[in-house]
Amino acid sequence: MNKRVLQFGRLLDQSRTVSFSFNGKKLVGHPGDTLASALLANDQHLVGRSFKYHRPRGIVAAGPEEPNALFGLNRGARFEPNQLGTTTELFEGLEACSQNHWPSLECDFGEVNSLLSRFLPAGFYYKTFIHPRAFWKHVYEPLIRRSAGLGRPPSEPDSDTYEYLYLFIDILVIGGGIAGLQAAKSAAQAGARVLVIEQSPHWGGRTVVDATTAADTIGDLSAEQYVNQILNELRNMPNVALRNRTMGAAVYDHGYVLAYERCTDHDPVAAGPRHRLWRIRAAQVICATGAIERPMTFAGNDIPGVMLASAVRDYLVNYAVMVGHHTVVMTNNDDAYVTAILLKKAGAASVRVLDTRAQHESDLKTATEALSIPVSHGRAIARVMGRKRVKSVKICDVSGTGGIIEEIPADIVAMSGGWSPTLHLWSHCGGKAEWDFRQAMLRPKADCPPVGADGRGFVRCAGAANGELDLQDCLNQATETGSRAASDIGLNVAEVEVPVAPRRSETAIQPVWQLPAHADHDLQAKSWIDFQNDVKVTDIQLAVREGFESVEHTKRYTTLGMATDQGKLSNINGLAVLSGSLNQSIDATGTTTFRPPYTPISMGAIAGEARANLFQPVRCTPMHQWHQDHGAVWEPVGQWRRPFTYQQKNESVDEAVVREIKNTRENLGLLDASTLGKLIVKGPDAARFLDMLYTNMMSSLPVGRCRYGLMCSENGFLMDDGVVVRLSEDSFLCHTTTGGADHVHRHMEEWLQTEWWDWQVYVANITEQYAQIGVVGPNARKVLQKLGGMTLAADELPFMAWQDGELGGFRARVYRISFSGELSYEIAVPAGQGLSLWSTLIEAGEEFGIMPYGTEALHVMRAEKGFIMIGDETDGTVTPQDLNLNWAISKKKKDYIGKRAQQRDYMVHADRWRLVGLESLDGSVLPEGAYMVEDGRNALGQENMIGRVTSTYYSPTLGKGIAMGLVRHGPDRMGDVLLVADLEGGHRKARIVNPIFYDREHTKQNV
Amino acid sequence: MSDSVAPLGTETFVGIAEIKPLGLQGLIAVRGDLQTQFLGDAIKQVMNIAIPGVRGVVFTGNDGVGWISPDELLLFCDHEKVAARVDELRELLGDRHTLVLTVSDERVIFSVSGVRSREVMAKLCPVDFSPTEFTSGMIRRTRMAQIAATIWLSKHDTFEIIVMRSVAQYAFDLLRVAASEGSEVDLW
Amino acid sequence: MLMLSCPYCGVMADETELMPGGEAHLRRHGPEASAEDFKSYLFDRKNPKGVHVERWVHSYGCGKWFHAVRCTRTLEVFGTYPAQTHRPPEEICQSVAQRYPDWQWRDDGEDCETNSDSSSEGET
Repeated sequence: MNKRVLQFGRLLDQSRTVSFSFNGKKLVGHPGDTLASALLANDQHLVGRSFKYHRPRGIVAAGPEEPNALFGLNRGARFEPNQLGTTTELFEGLEACSQNHWPSLECDFGEVNSLLSRFLPAGFYYKTFIHPRAFWKHVYEPLIRRSAGLGRPPSEPDSDTYEYLYLFIDILVIGGGIAGLQAAKSAAQAGARVLVIEQSPHWGGRTVVDATTAADTIGDLSAEQYVNQILNELRNMPNVALRNRTMGAAVYDHGYVLAYERCTDHDPVAAGPRHRLWRIRAAQVICATGAIERPMTFAGNDIPGVMLASAVRDYLVNYAVMVGHHTVVMTNNDDAYVTAILLKKAGAASVRVLDTRAQHESDLKTATEALSIPVSHGRAIARVMGRKRVKSVKICDVSGTGGIIEEIPADIVAMSGGWSPTLHLWSHCGGKAEWDFRQAMLRPKADCPPVGADGRGFVRCAGAANGELDLQDCLNQATETGSRAASDIGLNVAEVEVPVAPRRSETAIQPVWQLPAHADHDLQAKSWIDFQNDVKVTDIQLAVREGFESVEHTKRYTTLGMATDQGKLSNINGLAVLSGSLNQSIDATGTTTFRPPYTPISMGAIAGEARANLFQPVRCTPMHQWHQDHGAVWEPVGQWRRPFTYQQKNESVDEAVVREIKNTRENLGLLDASTLGKLIVKGPDAARFLDMLYTNMMSSLPVGRCRYGLMCSENGFLMDDGVVVRLSEDSFLCHTTTGGADHVHRHMEEWLQTEWWDWQVYVANITEQYAQIGVVGPNARKVLQKLGGMTLAADELPFMAWQDGELGGFRARVYRISFSGELSYEIAVPAGQGLSLWSTLIEAGEEFGIMPYGTEALHVMRAEKGFIMIGDETDGTVTPQDLNLNWAISKKKKDYIGKRAQQRDYMVHADRWRLVGLESLDGSVLPEGAYMVEDGRNALGQENMIGRVTSTYYSPTLGKGIAMGLVRHGPDRMGDVLLVADLEGGHRKARIVNPIFYDREHTKQNV
Repeated sequence: MSDSVAPLGTETFVGIAEIKPLGLQGLIAVRGDLQTQFLGDAIKQVMNIAIPGVRGVVFTGNDGVGWISPDELLLFCDHEKVAARVDELRELLGDRHTLVLTVSDERVIFSVSGVRSREVMAKLCPVDFSPTEFTSGMIRRTRMAQIAATIWLSKHDTFEIIVMRSVAQYAFDLLRVAASEGSEVDLW
Repeated sequence: MLMLSCPYCGVMADETELMPGGEAHLRRHGPEASAEDFKSYLFDRKNPKGVHVERWVHSYGCGKWFHAVRCTRTLEVFGTYPAQTHRPPEEICQSVAQRYPDWQWRDDGEDCETNSDSSSEGET
């Protein structure tokens, strides 16, 4: 805590302290600090190790562009790796640990990689781990996986909450610096609904920090006063909203913008979500995202203590931290002089400016020299000396090969290679950039913006993001940008006054991409481009020599810009070195694609509320709670939960299933069939429509009767099945499978709306209006007759008929249909009465041995009867003919959906696999999905497959394993014994039999 | 005759807004060409409300008519009146090509009320809920997180939301999370 | 993520309210179709980098199918219209032509719906 400079620290409350820890060491900061500023105030420059060579790395920047200061934060259920120290606000009790080292940050064995760096060039992995092939799986991959990745994943579920917010807005301004505020003001004055978002907790951006003298005014106010004034104006406008701690993360098509709000990261004990992901639709987007300073490329530029010049003054002005006492400012432009001036004013022991440019005059240089700060022109850093901290700087001539002129002691190097507009958001959705030779920067190409739904641009850049580095230019351009955005959405734009800012005389930047210009290989091999991923000048040169000329290829070969910082500092320098190696201009090389998000956002924010019980909707029937209370073992069927079986005490799941089957076959079973889809189809053309939808004839179905129907897709494959009920001359009720209700409903609407729109048919999905209960077994009629009401005599309600009536006080519809082969009724009542009817039946059925049964018993009983199940016997490539269901395919109908497809050569081929029953010779249960094989091998060396098992169960009724399967020429091979491949690599023998295993004459259901 | 039971109890949740399951409501789905005179007349006669315009909803007391699509209406009334209303409508519409169905039991209604109700809704639905855009008299079918929902304003700060019965618990949990303590957005 | 205006309920719908349905205005080929025609109907789909006429359904909204004319490269939307027609409306074709003068509705010679018969096919 010896480093705070009293007259600075505009963001700090120095009257209070905040305790935190770093690698277990207790440290103290102030409210307003970032983790990075607090560490620097404690003289902790070394904060991590680089990814590949494990070199010591220090804090370079003060914002989200920081490549090195990544930490594991907090612990337990709140642990999160790879958090940026420069954007983490300090809070009481924060725990941070550094990453990518063993055993400790100070002493890391991995640093041996650095000594071997000559043998670990770009493409090392590709070249080294390719031979011998057999090594990949057991040697190379585990080795690479162990060393891959920064940080450790959390070990506990995240205990925080997250949420989305959908917002529709006229104009979204991203960035709350001077340009963003100015643009927002002019847009809002035209009447637009405006939202301004700012990633940091503070408004005003760099302007306040960079206003070094009393002369740096806006209008007649200081920069800070001006920012406060415009903020007040905006806060008082009802059409403007301002959000800090909210980062513009991504810009997508049609004005879709993701913003990432960090609600409680700075105050973890507060209630509410940790992060909020704003899903914004903006008519116009203004990117006032500022610019990022570039590092310079010289040997040892990655040693802790080498920092961006702007960051050095940020830490001083904002956080009162003097990051060192002996500073060398290395620059190729005027802006870095501001750092020198501020350091001197703050009382730095020594400041020295090295300027690559020849002798020149500019206002900032004059001000610098007025403070007796020595300035050397035409000079460059040849090499920075030191390992875990800058010790001294060797100086050379900028145009030479690195001959040392002098060596000066220093603990900080403040470097500035110029500024790069933050183009990320402009570029996410297709905005193009162009190289500005005068300012040596990529800036947005205004006539190639991202294009919206109307074919016109919807994104503009304002201020430094547009390359306006001069304050007056910035204010002018931002004001105009706000007005233009408002005008583009049809608003009348009033004249907005632009305040006057003093102009400085300036000398242009000198683009130099390597110091010194003709550095030898030894210097280049220590000149870092990408700090986090350890990419050096020589790596890029090697990539070029090996033929990677495209910028995208070079990026992937060297991993330049592929780290968590996505090359915010390295991108332009890398492009420049690549262009130099290719002997072409940066314009000709082009840039890699900027991809969202701008900086990493939390997985929690992406998931929003969709986790734990809200991960996916769970659909419950009206009897759900009863099932739950009676031992239901749940089975997910689509989003529905259905009881797989009802497990009783002292009974396994398998035993429960056997009990349910036997009881249903011998006494009485009860099934919750509410999930079956129920679609009403009504209208003068309803019968004609169903004749097109089902393979069989539905128009001939008499009122009062039911018919099993098959539904195919237009490509001829079986899609769904179910019982169709004729309610009246012009209305039908179509049952679908549990998973098929929504799909079949959509299918019907699609054909009605887009093909036969002149047919008079309405379809309604009433699946959930009714609870449906299957009453199944020899005692089914007895229990219903006991309830009283409808008589349900065999001749009054025969098999495949239905009746409306009253049953035990319920107004019910009773269908006499069977999926088990037993005497069976399905009873439908309004959903709100389902539980009541269910309980009534359970009670009334006691004397008849009633027991509920689940989906597994249902499946076994249907398989015993040879009934197919959609999703078991079908998989989207199976036709009704494959399943021997020709009896349900009308020969009379001229057309139905799928008919033409079923005539295609492939579909009528004799070699198609067709349904048969299967019985293992030893009575065991065949493996699910197993293939039937025959002699010989195919072209891939696999056994020749001639079929597969589609359903396989133990049948308690028959006391042995039964199965169905699809087999080539199957029905013609009745009695043949086939080989069934099992998972262990062996074969079992199974005989082809009739798929109807039980009650082949269907007498039991028809009593 | 047995009575219907709503899937959720009367438990309400109070966070930054109040979330309340509304119990049994009478709901009738009507399909038919909304441009036809006979349908307008029948609705008027049974509900005493004219068919509203596109995405409009009109209430008089507990009776309401909502526009769902060019050929679909949703009628609101007391639960016990539904059967009679359905019979009356079917009678009036006769052989005309229409479809009238009771859907009371297949849907559940929630209310979300309080000054922050718009924020709660905006966390879950891709809809502009700003006060100038989402106003009384509008009804909107949309996506609420992962389910379909029908939404309108019953009072200036109270939304009513219809979802399918099977996802009642999911919807309730969803709304409770969106209205949880400390999650104010402070936008409107 | 797109936003498309539903021509039935007037909602400017977020893509998450919609479901895509592929190329629009396919002509169904039934039992009498030749093998070639039927194969083409089932499987051959345009997938242009440029102007595309495609089907969408407002599945979370009013449930109606509609068509959109859209550039798949720039995502510019030239218009949406109800699905109950065999051709894009003339005014939408004209707005496409302003941007892409060479674009024509289908190669098989079918023209845009002319104004005279555009009123005959409405919602049933």
